Amino acid sequence: MNLTLKIWRQKDSNTKGQMVDYKVNDISEHMSFLEMMDVLNEQLVNSGEEPVAFDHDCREGICGMCSLYINGEAHGPDRGVTTCQLHMRMFNDGDTITIEPWRATAFPVIKDLVVDRTAFERIQQAGGYISVNTSGNTQDANAIPISKEAADEAMDAATCIGCGACVASCKNSSAMLFVGAKVSQYALLPQGQVEATERVLNMVKQMDEEGFGNCTNTGACEVECPKGISLENIARMNREYLKASLKG
Amino acid sequence: MALDSKVPKGPIKDKWTTYKDKINLVNPANKRHIDVIVVGTGLAGGSAAATLAELGYNVKAFAYQDSPRRAHSIAAQGGINAAKNYQGDGDSTYRLFYDTVKGGDYRSREANVYRLAEVSANIIDQCVAQGVPFARDYGGLLDNRSFGGVLVSRTFYAKGQTGQQLLLGAYSAMNRQIARGKIEMYNRHEMLDVVVVDGKARGIIARNLVTGEIERHSAHAVVIASGGYGNVYFLSTNAMGSNATAAWKIHKKGAYFANPCYTQIHPTCIPRSGDYQSKLTLMSESLRNDGRIWVPKHMDDVMAIREGRKKPTDLSEDERDYYLERRYPAFGNLVPRDVASRAAKERCDAGYGVNATGEAVYLDFASAIERYGKEQAKIHNIKDASKAKITELGEKIVEAKYGNLFQMYEKIVDENPYKTPMMIYPATHYTMGGVWVDYNLMTTIPGCYCIGEANFSDHGANRLGASALMQGLADGYFVLPYTIGDYLADDIRTGKISTETKEFDEAEKAVKDRIDFFINNNGTKSVDHFHKRLGKVMWDKVGMARNEQGLKEAMAEIKQIREEFWKEVKVPGGASEMNPELEKAGRVADFLELGELFAKDALMREESCGGHFREESVEESGEQKGEAKRNDQDFAFVAAWEYKGEPADAVLHKEQLEFKDIELKQRSYK
Repeated sequence: MNLTLKIWRQKDSNTKGQMVDYKVNDISEHMSFLEMMDVLNEQLVNSGEEPVAFDHDCREGICGMCSLYINGEAHGPDRGVTTCQLHMRMFNDGDTITIEPWRATAFPVIKDLVVDRTAFERIQQAGGYISVNTSGNTQDANAIPISKEAADEAMDAATCIGCGACVASCKNSSAMLFVGAKVSQYALLPQGQVEATERVLNMVKQMDEEGFGNCTNTGACEVECPKGISLENIARMNREYLKASLKG
Repeated sequence: MALDSKVPKGPIKDKWTTYKDKINLVNPANKRHIDVIVVGTGLAGGSAAATLAELGYNVKAFAYQDSPRRAHSIAAQGGINAAKNYQGDGDSTYRLFYDTVKGGDYRSREANVYRLAEVSANIIDQCVAQGVPFARDYGGLLDNRSFGGVLVSRTFYAKGQTGQQLLLGAYSAMNRQIARGKIEMYNRHEMLDVVVVDGKARGIIARNLVTGEIERHSAHAVVIASGGYGNVYFLSTNAMGSNATAAWKIHKKGAYFANPCYTQIHPTCIPRSGDYQSKLTLMSESLRNDGRIWVPKHMDDVMAIREGRKKPTDLSEDERDYYLERRYPAFGNLVPRDVASRAAKERCDAGYGVNATGEAVYLDFASAIERYGKEQAKIHNIKDASKAKITELGEKIVEAKYGNLFQMYEKIVDENPYKTPMMIYPATHYTMGGVWVDYNLMTTIPGCYCIGEANFSDHGANRLGASALMQGLADGYFVLPYTIGDYLADDIRTGKISTETKEFDEAEKAVKDRIDFFINNNGTKSVDHFHKRLGKVMWDKVGMARNEQGLKEAMAEIKQIREEFWKEVKVPGGASEMNPELEKAGRVADFLELGELFAKDALMREESCGGHFREESVEESGEQKGEAKRNDQDFAFVAAWEYKGEPADAVLHKEQLEFKDIELKQRSYK
């Protein structure tokens, strides 16, 4: 198929960007979206132009690096996939495809389609861990039975890949699905209880300081999340936060 | 220089304990004055950085991704082995040790493997304490599954995302130390050289991938944890950015590179679909617990399937050739990876491949769905369940076990694997070879360590499933933090290492010169053009089956591609900005050297062992006819190569392997 691409180009964080049109031809429907971008970039390199910078790495939907806003949707029109798993069979010959970076104050553009997501790092550093050293003397892994239900629910929350699609999809640029997932994983497990109060307070405080917006329950994040992280995690975080605030 | 593996004396089961008791330690007050650089933040690097920081060292960690959590360990699916024997099925430290040495086709160092098996149980305890949500059974205890090449269930897992969960565990431990200021994290940075001062590794030169700035970082020791070199094939299951640069740079500064030809071609990957393909996707080996591998028995059925006249589900049981079950009745579909890959290639080379390219076999879940369905009908007391009901119940179980993998397959291939068998084919996955290290995990450069996939030590010529995660975390959490102390104990009075020395000047200049060359070369061909050509030579001549003539040709062809690369490569953009093409150029330049050494190593090793299969070395008669033939008389050694300029001039050093606790045997899975 032959396509027109409208792509956000921006030299660096200090320069103003703009949309630029490109044409790519003979795109196979079996290609992944990023392989289509490879075709464009090879074309640009061969004609002496600078290729389009975009984040990507594992190309199997798990590293969370890829982050394109395609035709107004995070990770494009398919559901339950990252951009690298999106395939060109979702598009038609003659289509015009608009490709933008994640848009959020807390995710400044570094170049073209690459954004800075280190705000997520700082939120995790504020409390996204259990304080246990590597001693070799931790108790036996089976010492505390954990119900299958709790373990499975914790796993569902822990499956978040930290890509930021939730923020990009939210009209308020809220990071509550991301933070809620991490808070939930530990809240559901006995190991996480000891530091639960401090954890939720510190992570939410850091989230607010990074300039993410608030949650108004539109649910757009859940729809666009490539890993199907549920809104329940936001509710659980709110409960944890309330509980922690009351404890002081 | 003679290779000294520094394996401690004494019985194998006491070596590590006795050694730890006698090793030099650095007292807590002195650790504050010692800096350690860790390059790479996957399971090995991430766990090492976190543990070293907990101990009190000042750690600087480097990742080329925008977060340590994105290292490619994250993509490991199936699980992690540990000799816990929770299933009571006869597992033990010795059995894990034995399986790993046998699975590695008797080409690994016994003492290292025993230590790995010994610390394996502790890894699970540590990860559970960190909040890793491993799969559990209804009683709330940890669940296990089985992997290829073993007869017990010792694999712990978190759905099909075990690597992700373990890495997030190590990442959370890192975050705790970053917050305390004990780890300085350098995201979007790439190490471009190691700096050696007075014969010791004392720092690195790194490029800030956002600004293009070249930076100097000093330390008392440097730890390389940068993963494997599978991308030398261009197409592999590795991440797009996975590269050998850090490992290759230390090789060029004096670290020997061991067994580069030991590469794992994983049997269950999604077949390639066209020339535009950028990477291959793995389907976890755990699928072989329930999937049966087959091709049609008759050639006319093969043709009918390729032309779309028949579907795989149209073929009856006796029209199918379950070739692994036929050839290896004892292990069946769970033979080790190298054996399964070669068997698939054998069938496809004979013309039985089931897709248009002729390079695909089926992985079929119909039997498992029926078996689970009947079991569920019984559990739920459904009498005379219809076939549809049984299928429905069975599919639910299969979904619970492998749901995310099935979904991934469907998204890529656009076929429903619950209803029609998956198509799979082998692809480059893991490199057992790597930087040579001694028992302390130190390379031949004093003060330079190498851990995880980047080193060579534990998997011999073939790695068993679910052992990579085990090794990465064993090295990082439990081995290196001890052994590095023995070296650093001599550095307590050294003080801060200066970066204003001629060694740093020279290393930085070499890095800058190379970058300037790429930017100013203005050639005619893209970096990918050369990478793809290299990959094709590697796959065709240094792939699943190798022979003398092909390997000689490969060496010559790679050299020629390399020479052309340095004349014709074109890198747009500038040096002082984010420039992904420039990053790729540096990595491919290193692959073009490594590839030639790889072929040279494969040419030298005139035997078949593990992932290395020489067509000249096969069993010619008896029950094992046609199987790989090892030559213990002449090749029971580690091949460690010393850099001498051109890869073809590399000098071979041999570390003879001694097997005191395991008898060397033909590896039979029949």
